[in-house]
Amino acid sequence: MNELRHLMTPLDFTVDELDRLFDKADDIKSHLASYAHSCDGRILATCFYEPSTRTRLSFETAMLRLGGKVIGFADASSSSASKGESVADTIRVISCFADICAMRHPKEGAAMVAAARSGIPVINAGDGGHQHPTQTLTDLLTIRSLHGELGNFTIGLCGDLKFGRTVHSLIHALARYSGIRFIFISPPELKVPDYITEMLKSRNIPFEEVIRLDDVIPSLDLLYMTRVQRERFFNEEDYVRLKDFYILDKEKLSRAKSTMHVLHPLPRVNEISVDVDDDPRAAYFPQVQYGLFVRMALILTLLDLTDEHMNHGLLKW
Amino acid sequence: MLNVGKIEEGFVLDHIQAGKSLSIYHQLGLDKLDNTVAIIKNARSGKTGKKDILKVEVDIDTLNLDVLAFIDHNITVNVIKDGEIVEKKRLVLPKEIRDIIHCHNPRCITSIEQGLPQIFYLADEKREIYRCKYCDEKYRKRDGEL
Repeated sequence: MNELRHLMTPLDFTVDELDRLFDKADDIKSHLASYAHSCDGRILATCFYEPSTRTRLSFETAMLRLGGKVIGFADASSSSASKGESVADTIRVISCFADICAMRHPKEGAAMVAAARSGIPVINAGDGGHQHPTQTLTDLLTIRSLHGELGNFTIGLCGDLKFGRTVHSLIHALARYSGIRFIFISPPELKVPDYITEMLKSRNIPFEEVIRLDDVIPSLDLLYMTRVQRERFFNEEDYVRLKDFYILDKEKLSRAKSTMHVLHPLPRVNEISVDVDDDPRAAYFPQVQYGLFVRMALILTLLDLTDEHMNHGLLKW
Repeated sequence: MLNVGKIEEGFVLDHIQAGKSLSIYHQLGLDKLDNTVAIIKNARSGKTGKKDILKVEVDIDTLNLDVLAFIDHNITVNVIKDGEIVEKKRLVLPKEIRDIIHCHNPRCITSIEQGLPQIFYLADEKREIYRCKYCDEKYRKRDGEL
C-alpha cells in the first residue's frame, strides 16, 4: 500500500507529479462521464471551520461527479469545535467515517496538524492567510490549458500583491518552470513582499514592478487580477488616486494582445468591469471549472485511484 | 582583576555577548542544577571589549547545544577534563528547533491547539531566520526572550 499523502502547499507535489495531475484533470475534462463511478463507495468529508461557498461546493461537486458521497460541516459552530474539540481529535474521528478530508480553518497550519494525526488523506482547503493550494493548482491548470504550456510567457499580477496569498502561492509555483517573466502591477503600498523578489533574484527569474496596468498590458500573455481593498491603503486620498489603475475595463483590455487571458481567483468586486465578461480573453469563469477538474484529479490521486485501468469506467472493484 | 578558579570537569562558554549570561544560564536550565556554576559578567575581551563567560561543572552531555547555537552560535564551547581544555566545540545553527521558542502569530494554530510542539525551521541560514513550521511566520524576538 502506498504511503498516505496529503496536500498542504502547492509545492508538496514535484513538477512531474503536477504534470500527471494536470494530465488526469485534462482527461477528466474530456471524458467526464467516464469518471462518474471512479469513487463509488468513497466518502469525502468537508470540514469547513469558516464559511467558503465556492471552495466547499467545488470539493463537494468534485466528489459527487466521481460517484462518491460527501459529509461534513460548513462552519465551526455546527462542529464539535464549538465544544472545544481540538483539530487533532476531530480528524481522528473524521478518519473513522470518511476516506478523504478537505479542511478549511481560520488558523494557519491547522491542516498540517490534522494531516499529522489523520488516518486519511487531508487536503488543505485554506488555512487563514497562509496557504490555499487547490486555488494554485486551479490557476496552474488554467494557465496550462489556455496558454498551452506552463512556461514561456509573460504574466502580469495586478492588485494587492502584498497580502494576497493566492498571488504569493502562484509565484512560488510558477518559479519552478522556465521562460516565465513576471510583471508585478500594484500601488507602492501593496508591493509584492521582499522575500519573494529576493527568491526570484536568487534564481535569476526576470521580473519588474510597475504602478500602472496601462503601461504594461500590451506586453502580457496572461493577466492575473486581484482585488485592491480600500482598507489596505494608508489614506483615502491614495485609494481614490490609485484605484482606477487596477480596474480592468474594456478600454484597457483593447490594448492587450488578442491571445492574452485574464484570470482572477474570485470573488470579483469591481476590479474587472462586467463589460469584460463577454470578451473571449476573460478566463475567470472557465477557471472555476478548471478548479473542479483539478480537485477531481486530486481526490483520485490522493486516494491512489489513478491507475490507467481506472480510466473510462473500467473499475477495479 | 577578578580571578575565578578553573574547573576540573565540565565546560566553559566563552565569548558570550556582554549582559547575556544570566539569560543563557536560565535558558540552558543551569539554575536547576546542583553543580558549581560561575557567571562572569563584563570580562575584558580583546575582540569586543566586554564579554560574559559561564563556567559549569557538569558533564557536557547535559548541555543542549541546539539551544545554545540558536541563542548565539558565536559562543565558544570549551570542554574541560582534568582541568584542561580537551575540545572546542563549534556551534552550528540547528536546522530545526523544538519547544524552545513560541510562535507569536495570533493566527497560528499553535495559539489555540493544545499539546502541539512548537517547531521552527531554519529558513535562511545566512540571515539566521527561523520560521514557524505551521504558519511560516518569521520568528521575531521579544523582550525577555531568546
